[in-house]
Amino acid sequence: MSREKQQGRREFLKTSAAAAAVTIAPGVMLHTLSADAAPRTEPVTDKVRWGMLIDANKCADGCTECVAACDKENGLDLVDMPEGADPSLWERQRPRWIRQVKLKDNLSGRITNLPMMCQHCEEPPCVDVCPTGASFRRADGIVMVDRHICIGCRYCMMACPYKARSFIHAEVAEKLTHTPRGKGCVESCNFCVQRLDNGESTTACQEACKHQAIVFGDLNDPDSAVSQALKKYPSVQIRADLKLNTGVRYSNI
Amino acid sequence: MTRKSVIMFLAASIAGLFISLVSAQAGEAVEGTAKADKLEQCVEPTPVMRRNHFEFIQHQRDLTVHEGIRGSKYSLAGCVDCHARKDAAGKAVPVNAEGQFCDGCHDYAAVSLKCFECHRTVPGEK
Ligand code: SF4
Ligand code: SF4
Repeated sequence: MSREKQQGRREFLKTSAAAAAVTIAPGVMLHTLSADAAPRTEPVTDKVRWGMLIDANKCADGCTECVAACDKENGLDLVDMPEGADPSLWERQRPRWIRQVKLKDNLSGRITNLPMMCQHCEEPPCVDVCPTGASFRRADGIVMVDRHICIGCRYCMMACPYKARSFIHAEVAEKLTHTPRGKGCVESCNFCVQRLDNGESTTACQEACKHQAIVFGDLNDPDSAVSQALKKYPSVQIRADLKLNTGVRYSNI
Repeated sequence: MTRKSVIMFLAASIAGLFISLVSAQAGEAVEGTAKADKLEQCVEPTPVMRRNHFEFIQHQRDLTVHEGIRGSKYSLAGCVDCHARKDAAGKAVPVNAEGQFCDGCHDYAAVSLKCFECHRTVPGEK
């Protein structure tokens, strides 16, 4: 296919994708389909790097829509508290891929809310420390755990500066087809990889955010919504001093 | 224990037994209710599948997890989707339940399979 033709196709897909993303009611978005809405048959490449821009100003105090949507999409709501467990410990240790974080500036008293998940680091410490190669970075920038190889040592949980990873402590009775889950493995946000691999281009949290605080897309495509937003607004990486080049960026924090 | 409470205890146990028998029956898989029962052949001829199915899915798992390939011929989700039978109430029976598609052979061949410690055992939710 010639470059020009490709461009034409991309433009076409972009406009049709925009049409598919029409908001039908506040907070209810149709799934956005991109490129080919069929399951992937070719390996992912580094032509794409998935990333996010989160606007902390838009993130509302007390809202947990993104957390609930993530729990549902990835079957985290099916994980029950192990029998006899301490409920307060469970609250702290239950698997969670995205969390609501509240920051308070002690000088001014200003409060900032933001969702925090795996930042999909370009130089991920979790991958560096993994003794088995289970923690890995996919060519398209998504950092994941291959549960077939994970031995549950939890080194990666200690290495992650963002507390992004969870450990499954007990057998899980019910799991989703696209999110297998078993005792003794670590897991974390994977940018709803099953959606992306099936040709969709939104994550559950982005779709659920009524306040449009999350923009998701391809950081390598200068025309993508996320690249455009990053170009337009000032943004930061959390703990930029660690030089991990995170795929998730924040503005207004 | 008074005489009355003994009788009540016995009655309760018998009722419990009866209920557990009934619920066991409701979960019984019905022959011919799996999608596969209506198909000529699996993704490969049966003798090939019998010998090599584990090679196919083990290779596929790396391609899926590491390279994102989900639109291929071989997949464990495909096995489950096609081979899970339904019970009389139309509810899917897990493929690894006693005597079901996966368990039947693996039990006979004394192969303990670990797939279903993590993977879903009935067809997908969507
Ligand atoms: S945020 Fe944590 S889990 Fe995610 S890539 Fe970075 S170090 Fe790994
Ligand atoms: S818990 Fe699993 S993914 Fe994490 S470092 Fe250990 S083997 Fe690697």
